[in-house]
Amino acid sequence: MSVLRWLFRYVRNEVLVLPSRVIAVVFCLSLLLLPLFTSNHYHYRIMALAGIFAIFAASWDLLSGFVGQVSFGHALFFGVAAYTASLLNLRLGMTHYLTIPLGAVAAVAVGLIIGIPCLRLKGPYLGLATLAFPIMMIGLIFTFPGFFGGELGISIKTKLAPTRLHDFYVCTLAMFSLGFIMWKITDSKIGIIFHAIREDEIAVRASGINTVKYKLLAFCLSGFFAGIAGAMYAHFQRVATPLSLAVLMSFQAIIWSIFGGIATIYGAIAGVYILFPVMEILRVVMEIRMLLFAAIVLLVLRFMPEGVTKWTRDRLERECPRCKVRNAFSRRECRVCFSPIRRELQKTTP
Amino acid sequence: MLQDIIVIGLINGSVYALLAVGFSLIFGVARIINLAHTAFYMVAAYGIFYFAGTLHFHPILSIIISIILVTGIGIVFYIFFIEPIREHETAVLIVTVAIALILQELMLLQFGGHYRSVPSIIYGSAGLFGILVTKQRLLSLGVILLTLAAVGLLLRKTRLGLAIRAAAQDREVANLMGMNVALIAAITMGVSVALAAIAGAIVAPLYVLEPHVWLSPLVLVLAVVILGGLGSVKGSVIGAMILAFVEVTVVFLMPQGSFLKLPIAMVIMLIILLVRPEGLFGVYFEGER
Repeated sequence: MSVLRWLFRYVRNEVLVLPSRVIAVVFCLSLLLLPLFTSNHYHYRIMALAGIFAIFAASWDLLSGFVGQVSFGHALFFGVAAYTASLLNLRLGMTHYLTIPLGAVAAVAVGLIIGIPCLRLKGPYLGLATLAFPIMMIGLIFTFPGFFGGELGISIKTKLAPTRLHDFYVCTLAMFSLGFIMWKITDSKIGIIFHAIREDEIAVRASGINTVKYKLLAFCLSGFFAGIAGAMYAHFQRVATPLSLAVLMSFQAIIWSIFGGIATIYGAIAGVYILFPVMEILRVVMEIRMLLFAAIVLLVLRFMPEGVTKWTRDRLERECPRCKVRNAFSRRECRVCFSPIRRELQKTTP
Repeated sequence: MLQDIIVIGLINGSVYALLAVGFSLIFGVARIINLAHTAFYMVAAYGIFYFAGTLHFHPILSIIISIILVTGIGIVFYIFFIEPIREHETAVLIVTVAIALILQELMLLQFGGHYRSVPSIIYGSAGLFGILVTKQRLLSLGVILLTLAAVGLLLRKTRLGLAIRAAAQDREVANLMGMNVALIAAITMGVSVALAAIAGAIVAPLYVLEPHVWLSPLVLVLAVVILGGLGSVKGSVIGAMILAFVEVTVVFLMPQGSFLKLPIAMVIMLIILLVRPEGLFGVYFEGER
């Protein structure tokens, strides 16, 4: 009983006061209750894939949005984990309980290997140099077609879960837990250092913080989460192909994250859950599907250059000028310090 | 063999150089990584295919029309979609990808996904260093070298070139000196897209044409630009020559492994970047905050 009362008070005092939190809770609940609204296996499949790609996009955001190490070759982690998982499954007969963690470990190792030489590079140089790694990996795969399966890739025997409904729940719960972990990482002391490295690396170094260590940590963390997504993807599709390393795969993660809002983990997740289903809905006009998709991205970013989530949040909430706590747009006084929030004052600064 | 490598490498290298110089110019002035650069190159090639092949215009006339048209498209996209959000660098990146996808899909709708070829302007071949080269290739090489020289003259000898170089060096100080930096950026975008269009128009008769043809040159142009150093025209030309010769050598020495030409070019680029993190002739943007 007391637990229920605590929960009721928590929801009333912490969730219902801010529109963005209400939206997040409604989204999570409706995603978990999706089987009540539909029993179509195709819908489960779309939402399960969206969950996997949400982890992937959020891991790009962790590395590039927070630490500012913009990577154009994020598909490397995804593809390496997918290939590791499928090779372990095919050659050694391991199940997905082992292959997914080991795939993620392989991606972390790759993150270290490319992180160390890339530490010297900055800004666009880093981004464009990371573009090279997946291309080199594809070259390797085509050079040894006997081992890596060449163009067709390697098929996997073990399914991720027995049915599509199970698939959907596995991917959604993985997305929730990993997304929450990433969000907490960026909220912690490490996250503050990550922010600081993006804003001014020299100042961070001058404050006695070993930026090299933290940048490598970011490469490893991001590689770990992208690796889990890649291994899950391989088990879900039951094949690992060179397409998982393609340039387009890297750019998809960037498009989703920036569309949703960069340097906010939830933005990347929102970007995937908006754009991925939209792409599927657009299948009704197959001919001009990509054209409409590109036009949507172009127009949305033209008018909301900071991403959808940040734009929506700025419309629904405003910051208290005195205590910097966020308030719903409808309130006239701050919910914490009761100082008046005057809208006119914020709008017309001379 | 050696003569083959030299001649083909020179021709490919000059095409990459033309693309990379345009890319480098707009990065220098506006700090835009324009991933739609090679899409404009693709559209220009399709323009020639359409005007010369379908409407039966004179080849030279259709080249001129399509270069002007593509430059116009580029400037319109810049003014309406890139300039207003230029402060948000990541958003600009994705907007240029979206522009490239839009151009690709429009070409796909208009011309279909078939492999097309564009008729040559002159036919026949000539001997050069003991190997046989088609006259079309020699003409392309000549035009590209002339264009590169013209760009060099534009940058070094004219007031516009001085303004472009100044804006590339320090945008704020250029603005304080009374230059209209936004206008200079728009003009530079025009020049850059025009260079891409010229490259497309020139190589259109040499290669087959299809709407996805922009992606693989894009990767190579990105590699060339950072190999040479961002914002350096000289670096772009030298980087283009290095990577083109690497590619051609790989293809000639092991024809069965020609799919490795891009990965090997990438390895070379990484090695050079590890030695010089700012590219061969790049300037470190250390002071930029």
